[in-house]
Amino acid sequence: MTLTAILILAAGTYAFRFAGPLLRARLAKAHGGAAELPPRVTELLSTAATVLLVALIATASLTDGGEFAGVALPAGVLTGGLLAWRKAPFVVVVVAAALVAAGLRALGVP
Amino acid sequence: MAGAIAVVGVSFGAIAVASGLSWWMPTALSVLVFAGGSQFMVVGVVAAGGGLVAAVAGALLLNARHLPFGLALGDIMGRGFLARAVGAHLLIDESVAFALAQKNDPARARAVFWFLGTMAFAVWNLGTILGAAAGQVIGDTDAFGLDAAFPAGLLALVLPSLKNPRTRNAALLGAAVALATTPFLPAGVPVLLALVGLVALIPAPKKTEVSA
Repeated sequence: MTLTAILILAAGTYAFRFAGPLLRARLAKAHGGAAELPPRVTELLSTAATVLLVALIATASLTDGGEFAGVALPAGVLTGGLLAWRKAPFVVVVVAAALVAAGLRALGVP
Repeated sequence: MAGAIAVVGVSFGAIAVASGLSWWMPTALSVLVFAGGSQFMVVGVVAAGGGLVAAVAGALLLNARHLPFGLALGDIMGRGFLARAVGAHLLIDESVAFALAQKNDPARARAVFWFLGTMAFAVWNLGTILGAAAGQVIGDTDAFGLDAAFPAGLLALVLPSLKNPRTRNAALLGAAVALATTPFLPAGVPVLLALVGLVALIPAPKKTEVSA
């Protein structure tokens, strides 16, 4: 690892992060300079973020290094998801997911 | 959530130092990059002898999702240049999910985004420094189930948005695409490919009678 590599990664990551808000401002300008984007565009963008988050959740819960992640991890996430669906508090969801995954692993479940 | 972020930060610092990095390197990564998955990746690839170029390229690919996140969240950070310049650095999966969960109340969404972003930044960096200083791997964080805690937390946050059938269809289609392509593509790309799920938003074309 070198300082140059760290700086390149940092600059590239920041560019991805900052490009979003900048593009959004530009998009608003293209739509007649209105401060607010048309509702259809706003819906598309926020749906896009939800789609990315759900894909992130799915891949993080079911795969590990490009392979099937085993049983303990998805079981933990599923427990958390069911609790969230039953309107359990956020802390309960997160802790229960971790406990189920940790418990299953302690019992030797992959 | 803060506790989980701190513990993963400690393990990142410890793993980085254990894999041969100087003490300041994990800290520099946590302050300047501030994206956990890509930090573990870059350290892991280098430790495995994968080479710096491959490590940085892979990590950047993993972080490309922040662009569409910023596009969706741009106004929630604030409209001023400074708010966007600083807010952009606090854009992480968790702050995006928390803010989007409040999107019907823009003032609250903004407060939540800034609170979560700064808190996560603080505990992530504190954890990294502690881990790097301790220098000992605290054991496998998977044994504590932390790898399940993060997706479960995100799931709790996106669940209300999935009540909308259009959003749900797009998300399910996207997740299926991401899962199906994960074995074949470098990390980060499948999640981006999930955006094809947005085709589910296109209204079904009106059936036109073909008259002979």
